[in-house]
Amino acid sequence: MSYLKSREAILFGAIGCLLLVVATRFPGFVAPQNLVAVFTDTSPLMILAVGQMAVILTRCIDLSVAANLALTGMVCAMINVAAPDLPVAVILAVSIAMGAMLGAINGILVWKLSIPPIVVTLGTMTIFRGIIFLLTEGKWINAHEMSPHFTGFPRADILGMSVLGWIAVVVSVVMIVAMSRTSLGRSIYAVGGNPHAAVYTGIDVGKTQFAAFVISGMLAGLTGYLWVARYSVAYVDIAGGFELDVVAACVIGGVSIAGGAGTVAGTLLGALFLGVVKNALPVVDISPFWQLAISGAAIIIAVAFNAQSGRSKGRVILKSAEHAQ
Amino acid sequence: MHMSHLAPSSDSSAAQAPILSLDKITKSFPGVKALDGVDLHLYPGEVTALIGENGAGKSTVVKTLTGIYQPDGGRIIMDGQPVHFLAPQDAADAGVTAIHQETVLFDELTVAENVFIGHAPKTRFGLIDTKAMHLRTAEILTLIGANIDAGVKLKDLGIASRHLVAIARALSIEARVVIMDEPTAALSQTEIEELYELVDTLKAQGKAILFISHKFDEIFRIADRYTVFRDGQFVGDGKIADVQESDLVQMMVGRAVEQLFPKRHAEIGAEVLKVVGYSHPTEFEDINFTLRQGEILGFYGLVGAGRSEFMQSLIGITRPSKGAARIDDKVRVIRSPADAIKAGIVYVPEDRGKQGAILDMPIFQNVTLPSLNKTSRDGFLRLAEEFALAREYTERLDLRAASLDTNVGALSGGNQQKVVIAKWLATQPRVIILDEPTKGIDIGSKAAVHDFMSELASQGLSVIMVSSEIPEVLGMSDRVIVMREGRMVAELEGAELSPETLVRHAVGIQVEGDAA
Repeated sequence: MSYLKSREAILFGAIGCLLLVVATRFPGFVAPQNLVAVFTDTSPLMILAVGQMAVILTRCIDLSVAANLALTGMVCAMINVAAPDLPVAVILAVSIAMGAMLGAINGILVWKLSIPPIVVTLGTMTIFRGIIFLLTEGKWINAHEMSPHFTGFPRADILGMSVLGWIAVVVSVVMIVAMSRTSLGRSIYAVGGNPHAAVYTGIDVGKTQFAAFVISGMLAGLTGYLWVARYSVAYVDIAGGFELDVVAACVIGGVSIAGGAGTVAGTLLGALFLGVVKNALPVVDISPFWQLAISGAAIIIAVAFNAQSGRSKGRVILKSAEHAQ
Repeated sequence: MHMSHLAPSSDSSAAQAPILSLDKITKSFPGVKALDGVDLHLYPGEVTALIGENGAGKSTVVKTLTGIYQPDGGRIIMDGQPVHFLAPQDAADAGVTAIHQETVLFDELTVAENVFIGHAPKTRFGLIDTKAMHLRTAEILTLIGANIDAGVKLKDLGIASRHLVAIARALSIEARVVIMDEPTAALSQTEIEELYELVDTLKAQGKAILFISHKFDEIFRIADRYTVFRDGQFVGDGKIADVQESDLVQMMVGRAVEQLFPKRHAEIGAEVLKVVGYSHPTEFEDINFTLRQGEILGFYGLVGAGRSEFMQSLIGITRPSKGAARIDDKVRVIRSPADAIKAGIVYVPEDRGKQGAILDMPIFQNVTLPSLNKTSRDGFLRLAEEFALAREYTERLDLRAASLDTNVGALSGGNQQKVVIAKWLATQPRVIILDEPTKGIDIGSKAAVHDFMSELASQGLSVIMVSSEIPEVLGMSDRVIVMREGRMVAELEGAELSPETLVRHAVGIQVEGDAA
């Protein structure tokens, strides 16, 4: 526990340092409204990352999140084109339901057919993108085809922050509660921590992994609508490769790729770290290629940190030391 | 027997000098002193038993001797010269080899490749000399009396054969000191006898053997000397011939243990569980028994007799092909462990590391894991209730931990076991199945587990105890079922219970005209 907390503290410090360095070159970056803008810009990554975290905690991985986002986003846009007056609430419900369904496909394949998750989601990732092409024949849906309330919703301002940012906040709070205060959350940690023990405890490992994929899919679907609406465009390749950023955010945030360890707070900070790097470097005139290098280095440092902490876990041998823990 | 930090006393320094000695070795880990100035002497042609409770520092000593750990202080002396083992290879070069508790072998490699991995004989072109490797492997296997083909892949061998391969690997280097870390833990009675013969062979070759074991019968059977550690400190050493079992126990625990198997009287009540005709296509057949309230039913048999397999089927991990289980005279269909927990049957598995606790989770979360429906309201977990439940059951087991928020991985083996048992008691079961409940735990914790089992029974819980240790089976059980090759071969009670009868049924020897 203390290690996880310190991981979060380190990330918090790293983000702070980064902001400080940028502020010396470009003070406007740390102005409150700009920080809110950075937060909003990072919101899709945060939403996807907390879903991905649930999946990784169960010793799985979901590489199809970005493709799920693109497919669900496209379907939402097509619905909007077909029925421009449909209220946003319905679109939101559709996006969540459809995302959940796509996640459930991954989950079923992992649960019932015991196919390794990396293979399943690599496959569905390609299939989802392929379906978008079949639906649209590669055509784009552009801003002028979408109705204003459809594109305006994520950008609407509430108390100085856009709805998109607020949704990230709500999702985070819901996930924090779900992971720490529900049986499902506890089962997710148990399955990843020790699947054998979980079985004996009466937890269905496959079903729990299925549930994690549904959570991840739901959030990917939700993000799909928000993404398409925010950028007012939908096409086959939106958010291409974004699944790697999502996994990176989890890893940087201290989620163990081996499952069972990781927190929502850490994951959010991991996503924010990537978001700040992405937004800060251009304003201080650093090439976008450095951005990739810095993200990559952060991942390796984070993983090295995880490996190190695993190694230094000394055995408790003396009876007297047991109490000192 | 002497209880001080002195070098070997006059009675134990025979004509010969030790091959290998540890002199005041200390080893600390962050915040923990694992070894605190321990001495150990290993003599040629003699078996030294290293005895101590879990956490006494035995494993650390093994790792120090094999170069995995470097001591912080003190000296390792070999043939009178101080030596430094900076890496496992240094220890191997010096002729120190260990057969570990859980030996690491490679499934996809052949027996010969496993034996010679890391030091395979080479041809003059620097390639592996397969022919020489197979020949030497066959030689070693013959030496240890193992009938194994050097060319088969390891994955095709059974547990016992794998163990022999591990021993062959240890002998494939020119070993002078052989460390055996609980070598009999996974072996059946006949295999153990074979191992003893092997140890005698090694002794005759003048090798020094360090033998780590929890089993006293074993120690008195094969050891020449003993060394006792307690909490990382040296307590005493001497010749086995000069001590009694009770002396060693007292040195280990630092207190007198009156009786190892304190079975208390429990009121045997109504029938709780009735198993009829339980069968599985490949693992066991036609298991029938009843279990009454307050009863401890022992399941004895050799390793691989199908006891654990039957238990796993009973709790729904695997499906029986036929048969039924009745609890309180009602047929309960158990298709999953969750069903079993609902029906009131819980299973504490043998391998607590792999199947028992979730090490990355705090104690309280481990304890409440199967009882989350009890500690939640409106779908949300109540932390206060979780802590209360966890506290109640860990206190009943006298679990010592700074906080219930501590991760289970930070606890000692004995305490991890307690967490696992607390977890199951918190579900308030009718029947608790304990699979090898004291395997690999120290004698103090063992007594506590036995005491606790008695207490459970006297509180009206029915206990099924799967055990391969005869004294434990005899000491604790009201009734014993013996299994052999997947079948129930005997159900014994009262005067029928004796070590000889159990073993005879378990190995399948019929002695004609012997009624006992």
